[in-house]
Amino acid sequence: MFELLGIPPQVLFGQLLLGLINGSFYAVLSLGLAVIFGLLNIINFTHGAQYMLGAFGAWMLLNYLGVGYWWAVFIVPPIVGVTGIVLERVMIRRLYHLDHLYGLLLTFGLALIIVGFFRQFFGVSGLPYPPPPLLTGGYNLGFMYLPNSRAWVIVASLIVCLATWFIIEKTRLGAYLRAATENPTMVGAFGINVPLLVTLTYGFGVALAGFAGVLAAPIYAVNPNMGADLIIVVFAVVVIGGMGSILGSILTGFGLGLIEGLTRVFYPEGSAVVIFVIMALVLLVKPAGLFGRSV
Amino acid sequence: MTTDTNPIAMTAITAVGAAGMPRHHLAIFVALFVFLIAAPFLLYPIFVMKVLCFALFACAFNLLLGFGGLLSFGHAAYFGMASYVSAHAAKVWGLTPELAIIAGTLVAAVLGLAIGSLAIRRHGIYFAMVTLAFAQMIYFFSLQAAFTGGEDGIQAVPRGHLFGLIDLGSSDVLYFFVLAIFFAGILLIYRIIHSPFGQVLKAIRENEPRAISLGYRVNRYKLAVFVLSATLAGVAGATKAIVFQLASLTDVYWTMSGEVVLMTLLGGMGTVFGPIVGAAVIVTMQNYLATFGDWVTIGQGIIFVVAVLSFREGIVGVLAKWIRKPL
Repeated sequence: MFELLGIPPQVLFGQLLLGLINGSFYAVLSLGLAVIFGLLNIINFTHGAQYMLGAFGAWMLLNYLGVGYWWAVFIVPPIVGVTGIVLERVMIRRLYHLDHLYGLLLTFGLALIIVGFFRQFFGVSGLPYPPPPLLTGGYNLGFMYLPNSRAWVIVASLIVCLATWFIIEKTRLGAYLRAATENPTMVGAFGINVPLLVTLTYGFGVALAGFAGVLAAPIYAVNPNMGADLIIVVFAVVVIGGMGSILGSILTGFGLGLIEGLTRVFYPEGSAVVIFVIMALVLLVKPAGLFGRSV
Repeated sequence: MTTDTNPIAMTAITAVGAAGMPRHHLAIFVALFVFLIAAPFLLYPIFVMKVLCFALFACAFNLLLGFGGLLSFGHAAYFGMASYVSAHAAKVWGLTPELAIIAGTLVAAVLGLAIGSLAIRRHGIYFAMVTLAFAQMIYFFSLQAAFTGGEDGIQAVPRGHLFGLIDLGSSDVLYFFVLAIFFAGILLIYRIIHSPFGQVLKAIRENEPRAISLGYRVNRYKLAVFVLSATLAGVAGATKAIVFQLASLTDVYWTMSGEVVLMTLLGGMGTVFGPIVGAAVIVTMQNYLATFGDWVTIGQGIIFVVAVLSFREGIVGVLAKWIRKPL
């Protein structure tokens, strides 16, 4: 077996794989944030809580209704998306005429409420979610062992990311969306229902968070706090990538996941902070973010 | 921030007292002082000291948000790191409490300078996200660094002897030391707000491009107020470590950053006295709800939502509108 800088390849590739998995979550979550920010101009602090809702949704379906993982993948994201639509209609909508910071504060408060309720009723110890039979086991690739569950997360999030990119960049609906991002008044004048578009966009972004949550359920323990720390890292990812470009968000997410994995191999103590350090460097060199358009 | 939520923007003509301070401000300061002198005889001194520490923290935060228009979502970093350094200095180095607090404050100032100079490169929402992310980095650092004691924190910090002479072991004596720090802090903040520097800050908050076109080096002002705010947050955190004889991860976690935003928002951002009221309300709520576990978090979330949706002036902001004078 060959060794790379004294690191056995199993360790190296194992950590790179973990990095890719983290990267998948960063990509899907930062994509959702970017889509929401593009049209609503708010940073959705509730995103972490909605990711947690996705995981709990899958757990509840399995434990209360006996509905399995594969159904949950399709059922839960729309449900979480609908809860987002309700929030947008009832509360977030009232803040569009104000400074964007109020949107951040409101969604932060909503996140506290949601996470607080789940902590109160489900505790913080974490609930196990058994992976479905198809996702147990794995392939031996020769240089490393690839568990099915991990491969699935990477493939599924790539598919969702690319589908989102396709919808926004290549379809008519996406064209409306991009136009409304540029100039909502003008788009409204052309007879497009911009408020509805805004609501649906928020719902879609939230559904992406819910989808990430379902993907996370069998891998990490289902825990009310699972989204809280993750979302702050995703904020850093968003600052690094800038929210100007869809593909940029996806690339930044996966790339930073990989870098984090590499750091865990070569300098484990730094793995928790490496993304923040990169953020500092990016702010020094290119304050608008790698793919950002303006400050 | 938008003008309509800012009582300071109101152009009420106010009577000016002796110290160049509007008379009603002077009256409030005197009343506050008298009340706080009497407070330890009426209330539990540790509780009042907790309120004072958080009130100073919130006032420091309000200097940045209410007057600089900059929403930092990572103020726990300065509060918590100062708390760690002060606890470490008092316990391991054996410094007297005032020197321990100064040590913690200096570290908070340096940290504020480092993070602030990066964060002011972005505006608005990005600024909030950058400060939050850096604060999380400080949290992870505190989790791993040896001197912070990780999950245990630094416990049993000695209160020590003030100037090496006065024993602060008794909460009644310590109270007046904390009261002095609190008053020095808020009077300094009051002075900053009403100085020419503070006027420029308000101009930047209201219209940054215009302030630039008038020749102000906006970024220097922003950095200066960021460092001032971080430093004063450090004073609060360092004092808190001496009072509770404890520095822990709670002080440096993002929930703490959220709490100080909430105190300021609830009390009234951009008001002089709002953060003090906000801190008193939130600390009292935490005290009474402490046994109800996560209902504290839920309660804070609900206050956040209500305050943002329908109470953006905050308690003191509403009062100020009522009496038509800036508070």
